[in-house]
Amino acid sequence: MELLFSLFVGTLAGCGCWLLLRARSFEVILGLTLLSYAVNLFILAMGRLRHGAAPIVSKDRVSSLATLADPLPQALVLTAIVISFALTAVVLAIALRAHAEVASDHVDGDAGRERG
Amino acid sequence: MKALLHAHAIVLPIVLPLVAGALLVVLESSRQAWLRRLVRPLSLFALVALGLVALLLLGRAADGSVQAYLAGNWAAPVGIVLALDRLSALMLVLTVAVAAPALCWALGGEDRRGPHFHSLLQLQLMGLNGAFLTADLFNLFVFFEVLLAASYGLLLHGAGRARLGASLHYVVFNLVGSALFLLAASLLFGVTGTLNLADLADRLARLPAPELPLARAALALLMVVFAIKAALVPLYFWLPEAYAAASAPAAALFAIMTKVGVYALARTTTLLTGAEAGALSGLASPVLPVLALATVALAAIGALAARRLRILVAYLVVGSAGTLLLAVGLGSAAALSAGLFYLVGTTLVAAAWFLLADRLAGRGVEGDRLVAGPRPAGALAAGVAFMLLAVASAGLPPLPGFLGKALLLRAAGEGGGSLAAASVAVLLGSGLALLIALVRAGMTLFWSPATSPPPPAARPSASPAADRLERWTLGLLLAAVTALTPLAGRLARFTDATAAQLVAPRDYRQAVLGARPVPAAFDLRREMRERGEGP
Repeated sequence: MELLFSLFVGTLAGCGCWLLLRARSFEVILGLTLLSYAVNLFILAMGRLRHGAAPIVSKDRVSSLATLADPLPQALVLTAIVISFALTAVVLAIALRAHAEVASDHVDGDAGRERG
Repeated sequence: MKALLHAHAIVLPIVLPLVAGALLVVLESSRQAWLRRLVRPLSLFALVALGLVALLLLGRAADGSVQAYLAGNWAAPVGIVLALDRLSALMLVLTVAVAAPALCWALGGEDRRGPHFHSLLQLQLMGLNGAFLTADLFNLFVFFEVLLAASYGLLLHGAGRARLGASLHYVVFNLVGSALFLLAASLLFGVTGTLNLADLADRLARLPAPELPLARAALALLMVVFAIKAALVPLYFWLPEAYAAASAPAAALFAIMTKVGVYALARTTTLLTGAEAGALSGLASPVLPVLALATVALAAIGALAARRLRILVAYLVVGSAGTLLLAVGLGSAAALSAGLFYLVGTTLVAAAWFLLADRLAGRGVEGDRLVAGPRPAGALAAGVAFMLLAVASAGLPPLPGFLGKALLLRAAGEGGGSLAAASVAVLLGSGLALLIALVRAGMTLFWSPATSPPPPAARPSASPAADRLERWTLGLLLAAVTALTPLAGRLARFTDATAAQLVAPRDYRQAVLGARPVPAAFDLRREMRERGEGP
C-alpha cells in the first residue's frame, strides 16, 4: 500500500508542477489543484498508513500506536482542504476577471504586451 | 476587568482585528446609511485599541520574560500556544506603526474606491499579529494564509489591468508557497510527532541519526517557504510588480509583509537550528548569508534599472529584506541585534516611500514614470521628503538606516573571513548604487523642465481635506523615522536584549512547555471522578 500511495502522490505532484509551468492561467490553476491534492494525501500519509484503525481509545483493544490511527493529520488535512479550496476560488475569480479585461488566457495578460 | 485583561491580553491582538473586521463587513454592506458611516470610525478605533494593546504587551515583554497563553486551556504539546517575547512584542508595535499611516492615508478617499477595504485591512492585521504571536507551526501556516488571503483582496483593491496581472502572479506564487509550507510542516510532524515550535526544538535536538536527513529536508523546505515571503534571491521576482501595482495604502501595509518572512526565519533558525539544536545546528548558515548578499546586490541593480518610481521603491524593499536576511544568516547575537535595529527603520521608510510615490504620481500624465515632466504639486515639501527618505534608504548618516548598516557591518566583521569582506563590499556598494539611483530619480522628478502642459489638478480624487490628511500622515511618518535617531541608544539596548533572548531559546521553550492550564471553575472529569463514575 505504501508504494502505491507514494506513487500516486508523486504522480499528482509531478503533473501539478508540469501544469504550473504552463503559460495559460487555466492550466496553472489545474496544476495548483493537483498539487494541493498531492499535498493533502502527503499530510495524511505522515500520520502513517494504517488500515481499519480508529483514532479512538477503547477498552476492547490494546491502546498502542500500532492499533490506533493518528487523528491529528486528519484535522490538518481538513484545514488544508478548506484553505486551498477557498483560495483556488479566489484565483479563479482573478483569472476570470483578467481574462475578461484583456481577452487572453495568458498568465502575463497579452503575451507580447509591454510591461514595467 | 483588569484581571481579565491581564490574563487575556496576549490573545487580544488577534481577537480585536478579527471582531472589528467581521463587524466592518456587516456595517459596510448594510442598507442603512448611518451604519455605513460607522465604518471609518470603527476601523480607526480598532486600530487605536490595537496600538494600546501592542504597547501594553511591549511593556510586559520588556523585562525579558517569555509569556505563554494557552488557547483553549490545554497544556503545551496538545493545545495551541501563543507566546509573547521581546521579538513578538516589537513586531506587534511595528505592525501598528505601519498600519496607522496606511489607514489614515486611505481615509482620504482611497478606501471608497472598492468594497471592504477596512475589513481586509483588519483581517490582514489579524493574520500578521497571529503569525508574530503563535508558537505552533501549523498555526503559523493558518495565520500566513489569513494574511495572504487579506493581502490578495488589498492588492486587488480598486483593480485595474496592471493590478489584475500582478495579482495573478502573486496569488499563484504564494499558493505554491503554501503547498510547500504544508509539505514541510507535515514532514516535520511525521518525523517528530509534534507541531509545537518549542516541543519541536526539543525533539529535533534528540533525533536519532536515521531520521536526520528527513528532518533536514523538512527544515530546508520550511526555510524556502519563508524565503519566498521574505523575497530572497531566486524567489523575489513576484515582489516588484505586485508592490508597484498595489494602491498606496495597501503597498505601505505590505512593507511589513516581507518582514513576516524575516521574522519567521529568525524565529525558526534560532529555535530549531540554533546552537542548542544538536546535529541540525547551523543548517542554513552556509547558504543564507550568500543568498542574502546576492539579493542585496541584485536589488541595487534593479533599482538602477527601474523606469518607474514605484518599481524603484519595490527594489528598495527587496534590498532591505536582503540586508535583514544577512543578519539572520550570520546568526550571532550582535548581527541579530543589528538586523532588528535596521528592521524598525527600514519598515517605516518603505511605507513612507510608497505613500510619497503615490503623491508624486499625481503630477501629470507621466505618473510615476521616471521621465521629464511637470513638477509635482508642493514640490518643496515633497522634495525634502524625497531627500530624507533617499538618505535613509541609501544608509547615510544621520538617519537610522546608517546606524543599522554600521552595526551590521561591525557584527559581520567579527566573523572574519571572506564572508565578512563580501558583506562589507556588497553593503557599501549597494548603498552607493541606491544613492545614484535615487538621486537620478529625484533630479528627473523635481528638476527636469516640463515638456507637457501642466496637469489640470493634482488628482481627480484629491480634495483639499484629503490633501491635508495625506501631508500630515506623511509628515508624521517622516518625523517618526527621524525621531529614531535620537532614540537610537534606547532602541539598540532593546534590540540587544531581544537578540540575546533569541540566541538562547531555553526560556522560550520552558515558558511554552511549562505553561499550566488554569483550573476550570467547572471540571466535568473531576466531578465524575469524585462521584465515582467514569474514568
